[in-house]
Amino acid sequence: MELYLYIALFAPLVGSLFSALFTATPKASITGYIASGLLFTSFVSSAILLNYVMGGHTVHVEMMTWMATGDLYIPFGFVVDQVSVVMMMVVTIVSTVVHVYSIGYMDHDKGFNRFFAWLSAFVFSMMVLVMSDNFAGLFIGWEGVGLCSWGLIGFWYHKESATWAANEAFIMNRIADLGMLIGIFLIYWNVGSLQYDVVFAEVGNLQPVIITWIGIFLFIGAMGKSAQFPLHTWLADAMEGPTPVSALIHAATMVTAGVYLVVRANPIYDLIPNVGIFIASLGAFVALFAASMALVNRDMKRIIAYSTLSQLGYMFVAAGLGAYWVALFHLMAHAFFKALLFLGAGNVMHAMHDELDPFKMGGLRKVMKGTFVMMTLASVALAGIYPFAGFFSKDLILEVGFVEHHYVIYTVLLLTAGLTAFYSFRLVALIFHGEERYKLFGIHPHEAYKFMLVAMSPLLVLAIIAGSFKMTYYQLVINLLPSTQYHIHSATTFWIMTIGTQLFVILAILFAYKKYSNWNSVPDGTSKMEKSFGYKLLWNQYYIPKIYDEVFSKPYLELSKIAWKQIDLKIVDATVDAIANAIYKTGENTRDIQNGNLSSMLRWMVVGLVVLMTLAVAFNVGYNVFGA
Amino acid sequence: MFEAIAFYLFAALTIVMFTITVMTSQALYAITAMAAGMIFISAFFFILGADFLGAIQIIVYTGAVMALYAFGMMFFDTTRDVVEKRTNPQIVFVLGVLAAVMVVAIFVAPIVSNNIQALYPIQENIGNSQAVGMVLFTKYLVPFEVAAVMLLVAMIGGIILAGKKMDKSLTLMAEEEITTMDDMTEEEAQAGGHH
Amino acid sequence: MEVTLTHYLVLSSILFAIGLIGVMRRKNLLMLFFATEILLNATNIGFAAISHYIGDLSGQMFAFFIIAIAASEVAIGLGLLIVWYKRTGKIDLDQMNSMRG
Repeated sequence: MELYLYIALFAPLVGSLFSALFTATPKASITGYIASGLLFTSFVSSAILLNYVMGGHTVHVEMMTWMATGDLYIPFGFVVDQVSVVMMMVVTIVSTVVHVYSIGYMDHDKGFNRFFAWLSAFVFSMMVLVMSDNFAGLFIGWEGVGLCSWGLIGFWYHKESATWAANEAFIMNRIADLGMLIGIFLIYWNVGSLQYDVVFAEVGNLQPVIITWIGIFLFIGAMGKSAQFPLHTWLADAMEGPTPVSALIHAATMVTAGVYLVVRANPIYDLIPNVGIFIASLGAFVALFAASMALVNRDMKRIIAYSTLSQLGYMFVAAGLGAYWVALFHLMAHAFFKALLFLGAGNVMHAMHDELDPFKMGGLRKVMKGTFVMMTLASVALAGIYPFAGFFSKDLILEVGFVEHHYVIYTVLLLTAGLTAFYSFRLVALIFHGEERYKLFGIHPHEAYKFMLVAMSPLLVLAIIAGSFKMTYYQLVINLLPSTQYHIHSATTFWIMTIGTQLFVILAILFAYKKYSNWNSVPDGTSKMEKSFGYKLLWNQYYIPKIYDEVFSKPYLELSKIAWKQIDLKIVDATVDAIANAIYKTGENTRDIQNGNLSSMLRWMVVGLVVLMTLAVAFNVGYNVFGA
Repeated sequence: MFEAIAFYLFAALTIVMFTITVMTSQALYAITAMAAGMIFISAFFFILGADFLGAIQIIVYTGAVMALYAFGMMFFDTTRDVVEKRTNPQIVFVLGVLAAVMVVAIFVAPIVSNNIQALYPIQENIGNSQAVGMVLFTKYLVPFEVAAVMLLVAMIGGIILAGKKMDKSLTLMAEEEITTMDDMTEEEAQAGGHH
Repeated sequence: MEVTLTHYLVLSSILFAIGLIGVMRRKNLLMLFFATEILLNATNIGFAAISHYIGDLSGQMFAFFIIAIAASEVAIGLGLLIVWYKRTGKIDLDQMNSMRG
C-alpha cells in the first residue's frame, strides 16, 4: 500500500520534471501526453487507496527525516486517512481532466511545455499539502502551491497585467502565511511536536487562550489561501492566467486548501467555538459580498471567480459551525461543477477569440451545443437544484445554520443562494441565448475539439451524481471527523425549508432568463442603471482594490523610494566609495616616497628604522611593566 | 683611572673626527679625518682587551679600505665642491638623535635584566690572539671559509668592474697577438679609454 | 669614575647617530660611503665592548666578520661607482633618479 502512496504522490512530480526538460524548446505534444498519463496513474493509485481506506485502514509512512536538531524532530511523513483520501481523489480527478483539456486548450501556445511543467508541479505540491502528516509538511505544500500558482497566473509574462496579478496573489498569500507560521510556531512551542496525532492529542491540555490564538493564526493563513475578506482581491485578478489554471487552482484545489486546513485541525477548532462562530460569520459575509459583486460584472471568468469566492464562504460557514464533514462534502461537489464551469468558459473564450464580455456574445447554443449543455448543467448544480450535487451539499449547509440556531447566517446564506442562481443563469443566458451579438465584431465561433469535450465529461457526470455518494462518504469520514447529524426535528419545518429554498432558487433562475435571454445590444456605460451609485459600487468591487492601492501600496512605494535614494545611495554606497577613495588617495600621496632620489629614500629608511626601534622599545617596556 | 682618561680622550677625538667627516665640504679633509678616526677606534679595541681586533682594524680598515677610498677620490673629479642641497637640517638632526636614543635603549634593556649567559667565555690565562684563533677555527669555521669565498668574489668583481679591455681574454689569445697588442693607435686608445 | 658598559654603548650610539646624519645629508656618493663606514665602525665598538664586559668572545668574532664584509663591500661599491662615473660623468645623488616610482 505504501507503494501506491508514493506513486500517487510522486507521479505528478515526474511529469513536471519531464516537461521541465522541454521548457526552452517549441511545443512538444509528448509533454502533454506524459504529464496527463502520469496524472492518470496518480488518480488510479488514489482510487486504490480509497478502496483500501474504505475497508477501514489507514496508511502512514515516514519517508525520511527532515530536521532532527535538539528537541526538534520533523520528518517527511505522509498519511492517507479518510480526509486526505477524499482530497486526493478530488485533486487527482480534476487535475487529470484539466491536463487532458489543456492539451487542446494550449494547442497554439508557445509555452506549451512550460505550462505542463508548472501544472504538474502544482499538483505535486497540492498532494504534499494534502497527504502530509505534520504541520511543517503542510506548510511546504502550502508554499509550493503558492509558488506554482504565481507561475501559472503570470504564465503569459509578457502581459503586465498578468505579472501584476501573479505578484498580487503571491504577496497576499505571503502576508497570510506569516499568520500561519506564527500559528505553527505557537503549536510547536506549546506542544513540542508538529505531528498531527501528537498535536491533536495534546491540544486539550493547553490553556484556552493559547488554543484561541493558535486557531486565529491558522485561520489567518487559511484566509489568504482561500481568499476570504479582506485578502480576497487576488482571486478575481488571478483570472489573468489561462483558463485551465483557473479551473484547477482557483476552483478545486488551491483555494480549498484553507478549508482543508480548518477541517484537518478540527480538534483545535472544536475547543474554541467562539473562533468558529467568527469564521462562520466571516464566511457568510464573504458569500454575500462576492455574490453581490458578481451581479453586475461583465467579465465571464470574473463572474465565475466571484462565484467560487462565494461558495468558499459557504464552506467556511460549515467548518466554523463544527460541521466539518459537510464542509468537506461541499468542497468535493463544488470542485466538480466549478471546474466544469471554468472549462466550459474556456471553450467559449477560445471560440470568441479571448473575448470575455458576455454582452458581446449571445446565441452560442446554436454553434456550441456540447459546451452549452455542460455549462447549463453545471450552473444548475451550482444553484442547488435537486437531484444535482449542489443540492445535497448547499442545502445541508443551510440546514446546519438553521439547526444550530444561527438564523442570521441562515438568512444570509439563503439570500446568497438566490443571488447565486441569478448571476449564474444571467451568464448562461447572455452567452448562449438571445441574438448573436458577436456578429457585430466579426467573430466566427466554433466548438472546441472533441477530445476536450470528452475530457470534461467525467466532471459532468460527477456533478450530476455526486449527491448519491453522500451516505458512503459520510460513513467514510466519520472515522476521523466529528459526526453530527443535522436533523430538523419537525418534518414539516424540514419540508417547508427545502421546498421553499428550491422555489426561491427557481424563481431567481426564471427571473434571470426573462431579463437576459433576449438581450440584443451591448451596453456601453451610458444607461441609467450603469450610472447609478449601486451599480458603480458593485462594478468597482466596493472600491476595495483602490483603497488597498492608496493605503498600502502607494505609501510603501514612497517608503521604498526613500530607502533607495536616501539610505542606499547616500549612505551605503557613499560609505563604500569613501573607503575606496581613502585607499586610493593614500596611495597617491605616498607615491612620493618612491621618487628615485636616493637621499630622500635614505631619509625614509631612517624614519622607518626609528619607528621600528620605537615599537621594539615600547613593546618591551610594556611587556615588562604590565605583566607576562 | 688610567682607563677612564684614555676612554674619554679617545672618545672625544673620535667624535670630532667623524663629525668633520660628515660635515665638511672638502673631500680631502673628509678622507683624512676618516682615516684618523679609524686609528682612534682601534685604540678603543686595545683598551677593551681585543688585541687581535685592534690590529686587524688598523691593517684592514685604515690600511686597505682608506687606501681604496683615497684611490677612488683621486679617480673622481673632487676639485669641485659638491653642493649639498639644504633641504631640512632640523629633520635630519632630529632623526639621528632619535635613532641614537632608540639604539641605546635597545642595548641597555637586556643588560638591565641580567639574563645573559656567555657562550664562549673569555679565559684569562691565554692571550687574546690565541683565544680568537681557537674560537675562529673551531666554532666559527664555516663563516670563516664563507668569508674567504666572499672576499674572493669581491676581488674578482672589483677587477671586472673597474678594469680596461676586459672583453678580451688573455689566456685564449696566441703569443703573437699579446705582443702586438700594445701597438694601439691613438684613436683606439681614445675610444677604449672612455666608453 | 669607572667606565662601564653603558659608557661604551652611549659612545657607540653617538657615533651611529653621526653616521646616520651623514647618510641622510650627503649628496656626493663617495661621501655617502664614508658615512656608511662610520656606521659599521660604531657597531664594532658596541660589539667589542659587550664582549669585554660580559666575558664572551662572540662579540669579537662578530666584529671581525663585520670588518671582512665591510672590506669587500667597499671594493664592489667603488667598482660600481667607477662604472657609473664612466657612463654619466657625475656622482651626484640627486641626479640618479632613473628608478623613479
